Amino acid sequence: MKALVFEHNLARFAASRLASAVAGSGHGVGIGPLELLEIDPPELPGQGWVRLEPRLAGICGSDLATLDGRSSRYFEHLVSFPFIPGHEIVADATGGRFDGARVVVEPVLGCEARGIVPPCNACAGGHKGSCDRIAFGELAPGLQTGYCSDTGGGWSAGLVAHESQLWEVPAGLADEEAVMVEPTACAVHAACSIGSSSSVVVLGAGTLGLCTIAALRAFSLPGRLLAIAKHPQQRRLAAELGADEVAAPDEVTRAARRITGTFGLGHVEGRIERLAGGVDVVLDCVGSAQSIEESLAIVRPGGEIVLVGMPGSVRVDLAPLWQREVCLRGAYAYGSERRPEGTRPTFELAFELVEAARLGRLVSASYPLERYEEAIGHAAAAGHRGAVKIVFDLRRQSRLPRMTSPKEAE
Amino acid sequence: MSPRPGFVLEVDRSTPSTLFWHGEGYRLEKLPIGSRVIYAPEPFHALRDPDAAVRQALDHPLGDSQPLRSLLRPGMRLTIAFDDVSLPLPPMRSPDVRQRVIEAVLEVAAAAGVDDVVLIAALALHRRMTDDELRHALGSRVFDAFAPNGLLWQHDAEDPSNLLHLGQTEEGEDVEINKRAAESDLLVYVNINLVAMDGGHKSVATGLASYKSLRHHHNVRTMRASKSFMDRHHSQLHTSNWRMGRLIAAAGVKVFQIETTLNTDTFPAEFRFLQRREWEWSLRDRAGFLATSKALERTPAEIARRLFHSIKSPHDLTSVQAGEVEAVHDRTLQMVHAQQLVPVEGQTDVLTMGLPYICPYNVNSIMNPILVACLGLGYFFNLYRNKPLVREGGVLILSHPTPWAFNPVHHPSYIDFFEQVLAETTDLVEIESKYEHAFATDPWYRHLYRTSYAYHGVHPFYMWYWCAHALEHLGRVVVVGGDRAAVRRLGFFPASTLADALEIASDVVGRDPSITHLHAPPLLIADVS
Ligand SMILES: [Zn+2]
Repeated sequence: MKALVFEHNLARFAASRLASAVAGSGHGVGIGPLELLEIDPPELPGQGWVRLEPRLAGICGSDLATLDGRSSRYFEHLVSFPFIPGHEIVADATGGRFDGARVVVEPVLGCEARGIVPPCNACAGGHKGSCDRIAFGELAPGLQTGYCSDTGGGWSAGLVAHESQLWEVPAGLADEEAVMVEPTACAVHAACSIGSSSSVVVLGAGTLGLCTIAALRAFSLPGRLLAIAKHPQQRRLAAELGADEVAAPDEVTRAARRITGTFGLGHVEGRIERLAGGVDVVLDCVGSAQSIEESLAIVRPGGEIVLVGMPGSVRVDLAPLWQREVCLRGAYAYGSERRPEGTRPTFELAFELVEAARLGRLVSASYPLERYEEAIGHAAAAGHRGAVKIVFDLRRQSRLPRMTSPKEAE
Repeated sequence: MSPRPGFVLEVDRSTPSTLFWHGEGYRLEKLPIGSRVIYAPEPFHALRDPDAAVRQALDHPLGDSQPLRSLLRPGMRLTIAFDDVSLPLPPMRSPDVRQRVIEAVLEVAAAAGVDDVVLIAALALHRRMTDDELRHALGSRVFDAFAPNGLLWQHDAEDPSNLLHLGQTEEGEDVEINKRAAESDLLVYVNINLVAMDGGHKSVATGLASYKSLRHHHNVRTMRASKSFMDRHHSQLHTSNWRMGRLIAAAGVKVFQIETTLNTDTFPAEFRFLQRREWEWSLRDRAGFLATSKALERTPAEIARRLFHSIKSPHDLTSVQAGEVEAVHDRTLQMVHAQQLVPVEGQTDVLTMGLPYICPYNVNSIMNPILVACLGLGYFFNLYRNKPLVREGGVLILSHPTPWAFNPVHHPSYIDFFEQVLAETTDLVEIESKYEHAFATDPWYRHLYRTSYAYHGVHPFYMWYWCAHALEHLGRVVVVGGDRAAVRRLGFFPASTLADALEIASDVVGRDPSITHLHAPPLLIADVS
């Protein structure tokens, strides 16, 4: 079968990093560690595992960072090579209780998928994203499907998944909507993690930022929601999805001051470099040194900065964090959320939100695997090119020969 | 030889190119044959002895007022309020008219034994003046006598401890003005009447008022009913100020109004070509034009701005009158009209104007896009009597670089207005109802207005309201040579050349429109029949 394989090859990796540093994200692909290969489908690791044939598989910001060599060395122990990227997946399942069903993958490879009994405390409590065994058990290390050498990933004609990772897609939900469930779940998790707040800023209006705006409107009800978006299409979508105000990146501090009525601080009176007070919460869906600095410049004393976008190694002045007793934390993946109606799986909420907010509209373009360089280039320049989510369309890809399950053979 | 009146030129084959102001610079444009160009009257002769004229006015007041000296007595409280840095334009060379008048008033006061005297810059919601600007307006003698002793104030429309609510007019308008001024035994107001909008009851009722009071006439409804706000008898802005002024008088505030008028001698010798008719340019004018144009081509915007803002205008005094407000102002308007009125026959399809580097709100500052709109659609569009120069549904073409640039010290709320409000809508009513309150009451803007050098938070709204009549009247606004994004944000059409602008205008007014160019400054009022 065809698959985009990410090899651990330091020389190629370094070249990719250099190329993307010189030419911008997405330009490292041609010479990078990603190759389109003809390989055997992964083997079923054991009980409860089924085969999947992807229909659509998204390209995520963290994928781009990995391909560019921008992702943190922190992940070195949490991935295994070679792996097939792709964790935003809607697929056809074969075997087990999802046989013949269209499914979405919840990619975290927690204790249950790893055959670890008893599960860690996090998994036992329904918080798979916080699993502390993601490098152990019956699978090679890998925090998610798409980073593990044993499971395969979405950017291929076939992968394997544990039944505990699967969510059946309702008949009425299109593939384009279903492929948005995973990124939406990340946004839902972030939105559900903040308490009631009178002012919230979402930095960044790519897929994650836009889904976060929708999730905040659905699950968190902020008093005033300010979105920072660069491109016209992003601005329009941010407003449609529920931002009260949308400002350009160079207008962040001024706009944040306006919604709070606080004072500005700057070298010249009237120019604002940071705020005296600030907003209750910043959801940083960018994760760069600059976005974290900006977050620190606009959050109020005692406020909270949530890193929703994947950061890397950054250099940031933490003096304001200290002096203003600001809480800086991450929001990663999903599990379950405490809601007024009770504890609910994040994915369940994400399915509801994708449908209610029509998040399928964020899928802007699709490519076959063969045109992966173009696809990744498009994803890396999505905002600039008026796009949001770019996906691989594998529905017309030559499918695997349908395998006979052991039961049928009997 | 007496100065020549204003003039309407019809462009023919032999007409040289026409000078268009273009911010910190100018362009020569070839107007289509048949276009009209309106030139201001030549400057009236200056008063031969301006100081004597001032003394004469104080001794022989108009209306039912007594001479200043008989209104003064020992132990009384005297407040002298004066127009701020927004007048005149450009700032005048020393001595400023305010200095002449205030020195004369203080002399009479000293002779009468008055020792409780406070000077107040009548800022309304404008930025505070710097010490240098105050020193220039008042002269060093006055500044040094008052400022160090805390007797030179700048009106603070946000200081609740120094505002006095005098009541409501019959229309329910709150009249709230500076407390010291209101409680003084005599309030002397020293005005510079550069344009017909200035002066009269507007001096005290606006210059010394609070936001609570100003909002009754600085609003969309009033500005739409001021056609034009340069013509007080057809201006709701003035009708409202007149109601307030009469209430102020009825409340017992004794105002002694001193108004002054200037001639149209606007630019110093090296820039004299800016106020000459092109076909009459001397060799010296031509040389001045070439030298400054060449130099400006190579000059960065920031330096060019500083250069132009250092221009001090001759602005000779043509009249001074004092006494009862309305009688004084009637005389003032006669003088302004005599100097500035130019009869013009009929309206035009397309009105062109070159906007200079300065308007009342960017002295020593940047003319940001909102001020560009205000100068073009507010001030210059309204420089008419009877009928607007441009017909209803016609096109206004402005020439100005319109940079996306702001002075953060002077215009902090303008930046927000531009980034937030105009990004959302340019609709006056929506802007007023949805955003004005938040900007007007924002504590940071209030802080900057009171303690720094910032215009009040609501001020950019007023600039937009000033455009109300023009926005309703015009079919399209085109800006030549402006920053395209900034021009679009204003809701206008960008064009790179005058020819492009006329092309854009043709969608609205057809292929063969009548075209009129307002050749100002020097300022004029088109009396359109
Ligand atoms: Zn676990």
